[in-house]
Amino acid sequence: MTAQPNRTEPPVDAMDRRIIEATQEGLPLTPRPYHELAVELGLTPDDVMARMRAMLERGVIRRISVVPNHYALGFEANGMSVWDVPDERAHELGHEIGTLDFVSHCYRRPRHLPLWPYNLFAMVHGRAREEVERKVARIAEILGAADRGHEVLYSTRILKKTGLRLSA
Amino acid sequence: MDAVNRRIINAFQGGFPIAERPYAEAAMRVGIEEDELIERIGDMLDAGTLTRFGPLYNAEAMGGALTLAALAVPAERYDEVAEIVNAFPEVAHNYERVHALNMWFVIATDDPARKATVLAEIEAKTGLTVYDMPKEEEFFIGLHFNL
Repeated sequence: MTAQPNRTEPPVDAMDRRIIEATQEGLPLTPRPYHELAVELGLTPDDVMARMRAMLERGVIRRISVVPNHYALGFEANGMSVWDVPDERAHELGHEIGTLDFVSHCYRRPRHLPLWPYNLFAMVHGRAREEVERKVARIAEILGAADRGHEVLYSTRILKKTGLRLSA
Repeated sequence: MDAVNRRIINAFQGGFPIAERPYAEAAMRVGIEEDELIERIGDMLDAGTLTRFGPLYNAEAMGGALTLAALAVPAERYDEVAEIVNAFPEVAHNYERVHALNMWFVIATDDPARKATVLAEIEAKTGLTVYDMPKEEEFFIGLHFNL
């Protein structure tokens, strides 16, 4: 059965929300984690697994995965490279930069002139700043004349990192 | 970090099974037993090597809203402003960065109306201009640390 987008239905129903709430802290570390969730929610394990698969398909769940702390892995330099590229080329160039294996996130975002002229963001991680700088230089080379200015904003502290919390 | 933890991180950044015994399935892929995989993931969470293990939810696909916003915070007010911003449950991440715009935070909410409200409340409580930079287009996301 193919799910048809239905604009009158919310993308997550009440039971999906309960599954999301029950997994906000993560997947249970027990041999049958989906069964444990099922017991907690009064569903069958098959229901829980089917709903989670459906949420994966709809993109409500991006993925189920381990999220490494890149500082703990030795990737201590984290540079948000920001670029001023011509608007009409942002789509094409964003694609090209986004597929580089050392770019973890790549987005087009609005400028805030005059303070903030940048419209393309590419997150670059490295073990040290020199490594980030080499990677940024590679991006600059690819952009060529389309690079009308760029900066790299290094993070110096994580002030908060919790992820999405559902509203009450 | 030992070779097995490295294999676990490399193998499961991209996805983890939905199955009756997912750890048993996953453990086979990295050549260990189910109970060892469970224990190692738990230990890496406790040690802070992993910040999370489980489903990653997408606020926008849930009908909610997501944005990146920045503030230019005077040095002497930095901790006070960080406390105000972090107090909102909708603020999912907040990073200090070296720039005139020195505080960068992500708002993720399943209630799309909250995004504008939270930004306005942050402006009101801090007296600072919030630079809202919602994504206009998202390009391929790799995020794969090869260890």
